[in-house]
Amino acid sequence: MNDIKFSRRSLVKAAALAGVAQVASPFVLTARAADNVKIGLDNPLTGTYAAVGKNELIGCQLAIEQINAKGGILGRKAELLVEDSTSGDAGTAVQKARKLIDRDKIDFLLGNVNSALALAMAGVAAEKGVLHIVPGGHTDAITGATCHWNVFRVCNTTQMEANAVTPSLIKNAGKKWYYITPDYAFGHTLQAGLEKACAKNGGTKVGGDLTPLGTTDFSSYLIKAQAANPDVIIFLTQGDDMVNALKQAVQFGLDKKVHLAGAQQELEALEGLPPEARIGTWVFEWYWNQPGVPHVAEFVAEIKKKTGRVPTARTWFGFASTWTCALAANGAKSLKAVDMAKHLQDFHLPPEIALMPDGAFYRKGQNQLIPNLYVGHAQAKGSAPDDLFKVTDVVKGPDAAGTLEESGCKMTWPA
Amino acid sequence: MGSNDLQKQAPNIVVWVLLLALPLWLPYVGGYMELGSRVVVLALAAMALNFLLGYTGVLSFGHAAYFGLGAYGAGMTIRYLVPSTGVGLLVGTLVGAVAGAIIGPMIIRLRGVYFAMVTIAFAQVFYFIAFRWNSVTGGDDGLTGWTRLPIHLGFTTIDILHNPVAFYFLVLAVFAVAVGVMAWLLRSPFGRTLIAIRENERRARFLGIPVDQHIWISWTISCAVVSVAGALYALLNNFVDPRALYWTQSGDFVIMAVLGGMRSFWGPLIGAAIFVVLQDYLSSQTENWMSFVGLFFVLVVMFFPRGILGIIRRKVAS
Amino acid sequence: MTQVVLFNVFNGLIVGAFYALMALGLSLIMNLSGVINFAHGGFLAIGGYLAFTLMPYVGFWGGLVLAPILTAVLGLIVERVLVRRLYGRDPLYSLLLTFGLAFMFEDGTRFIWGAQSLPYQVPGWLLSPLSSDYFFLTGYRLFMVVIVALAVAGLFYILNRTRLGMRIRAGTLDLETVSVLGVNVRVLRNMNFGLGIYLAGLAGVLAVGQLGLQPTIGSSLIMPSFVAIIVGGLGSLPGTLLGGLLIGVASGVTTVFFPSATEAVMYVMMAAVLLVRPRGLLGEEGRF
Repeated sequence: MNDIKFSRRSLVKAAALAGVAQVASPFVLTARAADNVKIGLDNPLTGTYAAVGKNELIGCQLAIEQINAKGGILGRKAELLVEDSTSGDAGTAVQKARKLIDRDKIDFLLGNVNSALALAMAGVAAEKGVLHIVPGGHTDAITGATCHWNVFRVCNTTQMEANAVTPSLIKNAGKKWYYITPDYAFGHTLQAGLEKACAKNGGTKVGGDLTPLGTTDFSSYLIKAQAANPDVIIFLTQGDDMVNALKQAVQFGLDKKVHLAGAQQELEALEGLPPEARIGTWVFEWYWNQPGVPHVAEFVAEIKKKTGRVPTARTWFGFASTWTCALAANGAKSLKAVDMAKHLQDFHLPPEIALMPDGAFYRKGQNQLIPNLYVGHAQAKGSAPDDLFKVTDVVKGPDAAGTLEESGCKMTWPA
Repeated sequence: MGSNDLQKQAPNIVVWVLLLALPLWLPYVGGYMELGSRVVVLALAAMALNFLLGYTGVLSFGHAAYFGLGAYGAGMTIRYLVPSTGVGLLVGTLVGAVAGAIIGPMIIRLRGVYFAMVTIAFAQVFYFIAFRWNSVTGGDDGLTGWTRLPIHLGFTTIDILHNPVAFYFLVLAVFAVAVGVMAWLLRSPFGRTLIAIRENERRARFLGIPVDQHIWISWTISCAVVSVAGALYALLNNFVDPRALYWTQSGDFVIMAVLGGMRSFWGPLIGAAIFVVLQDYLSSQTENWMSFVGLFFVLVVMFFPRGILGIIRRKVAS
Repeated sequence: MTQVVLFNVFNGLIVGAFYALMALGLSLIMNLSGVINFAHGGFLAIGGYLAFTLMPYVGFWGGLVLAPILTAVLGLIVERVLVRRLYGRDPLYSLLLTFGLAFMFEDGTRFIWGAQSLPYQVPGWLLSPLSSDYFFLTGYRLFMVVIVALAVAGLFYILNRTRLGMRIRAGTLDLETVSVLGVNVRVLRNMNFGLGIYLAGLAGVLAVGQLGLQPTIGSSLIMPSFVAIIVGGLGSLPGTLLGGLLIGVASGVTTVFFPSATEAVMYVMMAAVLLVRPRGLLGEEGRF
């Protein structure tokens, strides 16, 4: 600008800007049927959480098919709009949520795998008064300190997972625990939850380390953990960090010296591990191999037909979240968020959606789903190639959930 | 005003008309108001970076630090201290500017890649603090529990929270002031001196120009403006998380500037618009959007050797 | 306590050796071509995935030999078609190009192999610790160090004893003169780029023995590599090696005292080095 000293250049610049405006406008104005009921999924499809995000998407898609086959939502067709939130950029996730709400006029917002992004999206949903269901972001705050009347969550809180796994771990593995905890809110709350549950059951903490998110080399932490001489090393890392930590712990032969365990474990992570590293005691939030529980086999078969693989807990999160939308609207006979949110208070999912021995319900005043939790151990080989987890104990949700007061949620409804 | 002046002003006029009329035309091309606000906010950050890169010849790869400080400054002010959007903006800007001014003297002697890397180093340390200091920043969960607040003007109140158009115009007004200041500085003798340093630092030194001091001032101005952008970004999202300080965020700013054209004033704006809109549009269409965005970058390098605006200017000049 | 510190120093050297391997490849390319290769992590991932895919046919050892070579071939093609156009231009354009490439590699690997991390299995005999006291010295980690040492020795042999290597070194110092002396600079840069990418591919194969194989595997390793280069000093390959080892040890020792700062410590170290000695530990005066 300061060095412009010719005439035509400026005009060409202007023309270029006009051209950019052209380039910037290839939004396909897809004439989406105006009378469809729209569910917007704002979830990671790229980055670290791409695998779990993709599985949640598959669950959502199956639910949409089933909903439409059974008459849709309030007699209208259900439609799923998918946006990639990226795995870590809250700005993008918020932007996509606004896009879905303001431009696409969605009736329901779903997401996010990443807790921080889920919290940021919940902020948008609260501001706009849209019913928001979080399929798989675990941090306690979503249905705790920063809960909202219109924000519901399907996956467990970290505290619930801690409460579920502790008794059997103390009984089977020992009382001296060492923690390897990812250094972010999820890890901190999970460790605090476990420490509390551990102390209650007579165990003690002999040490612990906070590891930066995205740590690739865990050897130095493992050296420290070994030196503290614990009965159990608790791994609270997630996703890739979990894969890296376990792979290295097994190479060090730590599995032969101490018990390796943790709270949340996912089938996606176990599938990424070589067989010898599929070890330890964990909590699964849902598992496909539940002999005798009605409807589970059909669900597994349908997912297998779509993808060739068994569903994971993530697939179920997506499935249950999407079905919750339809059930809320059909039950409340309304698409108004307040009506639907009221209808979901203490709402029990029907067995063909819950797919758990004791069912699952959204606890009143917290909007948190209270499901069964599956405690067990990872196995190198099971009854089938995908059977990498052996459930030893199915914990009832209310036993693990703590009280409503403990959750810290103080809900205020719109006048 | 002569016809030459008019032509000189033409690009500015086009940019401002397009930006001012955005709420009118954006919905017709499938956009939405927040997308416009996001483009303007990130463009301001990229233009701030380019004040340093394009006009002083110094590459910062750590501008996310001051962007993030601006964002946390604004967010934390509203959350903990004063429930006022205006005060939040002001504090955010000050925090980023002061941090930049303090760090400046330590690093201005370095040049080139070394300068870029030392800015990354400082930025990563800020990232680490934001990430670790859970009780204040909310750590990885981000700073929640606050929103931007209506602006009271005495005679009327503007609801920038629920009215996206009103918020867009707030963003645009701040953008106009910041961009105006930068343009004015560049046209002043001070700006001329910066360009002299960019073109030939050694000669500038021989001429008795206090080069380090000029770079320090340019750096501080750049940091101040990028923290304005950061503060606006916090208001846009009603949320701040440590990712706003991560080195990849700095990388995005550099990409925007290079993409649009470092040597032209509006280049980074074009770069930011393309970067944001392309990603927003493609990622709704296909989960493989990264391939297309990546391919686009590659094609720009192959066919637009000086960035999008650069090629046009060169063609005209030849 | 002393034992834990000592263990972590040793262990840091092992980790650092791995950073150094990746950083050497980056450094080679930066020195001769002035290209900052942000796609290095993408090449690393491709090396790992190729090893995984080849394993059923050629086994672990075949993969170890073939995967880096195939990655290097891809590197040669990328240089020939794309990177070549950057020479003589502002290095910032290399940033734009390699950022774009990194995007395409990450997405491409996800498209071909899926987002789910894949189980990669190294031979069982490499998997156990050598002694139960020094349990962090597993067969695989020693094996990694040996491979890195061989690769570094090979690299320095090539650079110091072969005609290609001498030309690369000469070109790093003064490309114009080398060109005037009749060396084909285009071929030289092409081979040099291939050599750098070969190291990235090798690092990839070694990495998947320890890390989960997924499309973003390289992205968290790229910054430590840059830091290693800067700490060691641009233009100096021994410096890069030293830088890699130093940040490995620094992170290891930090684990003992302030574990959550293990990532931040290398940046603090870089800032400290640059502020005291702006050209890095072994960097040459007046370059870059």
